[in-house]
Amino acid sequence: MSTTTGPPRPAPEAGRRARRSTRFPWTDVVTTVAAFVLAFLVGAVLMIVSDTDVRSKFTYFFDRPSDALIASADKVGGAYGALLAGSVGGYGPLTETTAQAAPLICAGLGVALAFRAGLFNIGAQGQAIVGSIFAAYVGFSWHLPPVVHLLVAVFAGLVGGAIWGGLVGWLKAGAGAHEVIVTIMLNYVAAGLLDYLLTTTVFQRPGRTDPISPIVDWSATFPRLAGGQLHLGFLLAILAAVFVWWFLERSTTGFAIRAVGANPHAAATAGMSVARTTVITMAVAGALAGLAGVQAALGPSASGLPIPLTAGIVGSIGFDAITVALLGRSTPLGTVLAGLLFGALHAGGLAMQSVAQTPLTLTTALQALIVLFVAAPALVTRLVPFVRTRKAHASGPVPEGGLAS
Amino acid sequence: MTALDPAPRADAASSTAPAAPAASAAETVESAEKRRQRISTGVLIGIVGLLLLLALGSTRGQARFALSDAFDEVQLPTVPLPGLPTVVVCAVLCLAAAVAFLSGRVRGRWAVVAATVAGVAVLLGFLTWAAAGRDLPFPVSNQLAGTLSLATPLVFGALCGVLCERAGVVNVSIEGQFLAAAFAAAVVGSITQSVPAAILAAMVAGLAMAALLALFSINYLVNQVVLGVVLNLLAVGVTGFLFDQLVQPASSTYNNAPVLSTIAIPGLSSIPFFGRVLFDQNVLAYLAIVAVVVVWVLLYRTTWGLRIRSVGEHPQAADTVGISVRGIRWSAVLAGGVLAGLGGSFFTLASTGQFTKEFTVGNGFIALAALIMGRWRPVLATIMCLFFGFVTQMASQLQTLSTPMPSQLLLVLPYIATIIAVAGLVGRVRAPAADGIPYEK
Repeated sequence: MSTTTGPPRPAPEAGRRARRSTRFPWTDVVTTVAAFVLAFLVGAVLMIVSDTDVRSKFTYFFDRPSDALIASADKVGGAYGALLAGSVGGYGPLTETTAQAAPLICAGLGVALAFRAGLFNIGAQGQAIVGSIFAAYVGFSWHLPPVVHLLVAVFAGLVGGAIWGGLVGWLKAGAGAHEVIVTIMLNYVAAGLLDYLLTTTVFQRPGRTDPISPIVDWSATFPRLAGGQLHLGFLLAILAAVFVWWFLERSTTGFAIRAVGANPHAAATAGMSVARTTVITMAVAGALAGLAGVQAALGPSASGLPIPLTAGIVGSIGFDAITVALLGRSTPLGTVLAGLLFGALHAGGLAMQSVAQTPLTLTTALQALIVLFVAAPALVTRLVPFVRTRKAHASGPVPEGGLAS
Repeated sequence: MTALDPAPRADAASSTAPAAPAASAAETVESAEKRRQRISTGVLIGIVGLLLLLALGSTRGQARFALSDAFDEVQLPTVPLPGLPTVVVCAVLCLAAAVAFLSGRVRGRWAVVAATVAGVAVLLGFLTWAAAGRDLPFPVSNQLAGTLSLATPLVFGALCGVLCERAGVVNVSIEGQFLAAAFAAAVVGSITQSVPAAILAAMVAGLAMAALLALFSINYLVNQVVLGVVLNLLAVGVTGFLFDQLVQPASSTYNNAPVLSTIAIPGLSSIPFFGRVLFDQNVLAYLAIVAVVVVWVLLYRTTWGLRIRSVGEHPQAADTVGISVRGIRWSAVLAGGVLAGLGGSFFTLASTGQFTKEFTVGNGFIALAALIMGRWRPVLATIMCLFFGFVTQMASQLQTLSTPMPSQLLLVLPYIATIIAVAGLVGRVRAPAADGIPYEK
């Protein structure tokens, strides 16, 4: 499978990869682990530098080094201990990890799918926002029978995301607008749209003056297992990953997507419509990101009720999704694993903030550092001497070139 | 033999003969690309014209445009425009321009005229509709002054992008460079209480972010668009964390930078209307204007600039004649980082002297859009920055007039304008040939 999921490459190298992939990729694992260690080390330095108490102990470091070292170890150990306990320390934290991972996986799949067609989908954020608007609207204003309500709400969210993503594909295919610019701008437009809608009578909760929507009906809320945060959303995320695998590897459209991603000119020569493939890819990618928005709008919070629509409903899912897709090398399985990992980081980060008083923003920095180190294996091998050297691939999962469309 | 000999010549002559008319025909027959762009421009202008006609229903009374505000020494009159007739005229002009574009009769200079007429008509029509029947006049001098001040960081960002991308390194991380620089300016400015130190710190922060971009893209060949996104995330994460942990608890020590004062150029600044708009700015705004000239000269009139352009178009060729591709790319990216740092310092030092999380709100991305719409040229990119500054300022001015449009939608106007400009007016643009492609020997 890994030979076909990898990016299409020139023949000789593809052969080499095929042969290598029959063995377990130890070097990949080792460099990834080393990248994590490096990222957490940088995070530790950040924590020590920014903590006034710990820093003050470093002023007399040469008189009593133990003070500074113990304070640093306490600070870093406390934060990372809380991070670990909050993500994998028991059934509750583990289910919280799945709840945090589900939207990341969905949006990550959206970004990964677009990558495979050679498109940079920076707009998962906007697509998720529109998805959450649609899903939440159906959730709180249509009162349908139990199972039907949930299905309709999820479907509405998918449609919302697909519209927002398809628009990008249409502008790219029809008018030649660069998708990086359009997706970034549509992120802001989606956020503005949500801000506006929350002031209208349709979306604003009656009797409130602040921008907040009514609470979604229980019949449109994802059911969850008792005692934890494991809810239907995680199952949907896994199903979405299986769908993306099937879509890319087994469907005709998926073949066209991979062909266009590998070489649009060759694909056009072979009779595939690049424009049509672009629109379809972006619509499906948008629907997947929309599903992440659905998770944010319909997924139960710790209290069991979904979080009502507010300006920050989807957080930074869309931007985190890009790192998820990168870490997952744009394959469905990789995206699921990367999503779980960053989901754990988020779940642990929340615990770290409440237990160890270390701001949640540290996880954002950690996430960026991990991806940065993973993307440059050559740097990792240079910094960590015992990792076996391996030829650096320019950019495994993503298309070559940048704004040169 | 002699009989055969002229035959090929005649053949050659006859084959060149039709080539000449074909070449001249190529000037009159437009390419599919141009045709599509012309039609999309025409449709766009037509749609706006129709929207203006629809807006007639809600146009009441007259619109007033104030040329000077209460603080000016020389008071210029407030120009009243009758609402309904003005909007009608503007709508008709738009529709006429749209017809002209769609018919395909206008070419060359006339196309520029038609586009300019349409642009002015759209602007005047929209402003008249928005300002008609309001209690307050629309402040024109504020509009222009605000345009310049909003465009200043964008100009720095776009120039940073010009240097990077002309050398073949895509820079999506202008936003991250802004953010890091703004943070550095706030913290260092607060500690030292000195504007030059704050600006210097911002330049160093921009340089450091640029060094990361250069290291990973040039030496480790990481995909540049992806790298840019990750670097933005890193800047958000690191500045956000340091802000939460260090700055927020002691904001009087760490988040209290001095604010730039405006410098009035003697003489010029007392010209009515234009004086206050153009010649009473802060030091960064003047620096931005200087930077445009400097970048233009560097890029087009120096050896270094020629080398930048050559490694961005054809690195193999540049390498063959002995130019260090990596060295030139590094220098271009670092120089860009310094410019982005200046732009970043503007956010802190030109407003309140305080940093808040993620407060560059997409300006780096708008600079990137301006760069692409400006076709990777310093002067054209600057004009695009002024356009964005104008739209953003207009949106905030109209908010205070309580226009028919809700304020949340007015705020996304610059972003929608970007999409329309990128999709409808600019179309496919040609990036430097090696933009985004790492160079491996």
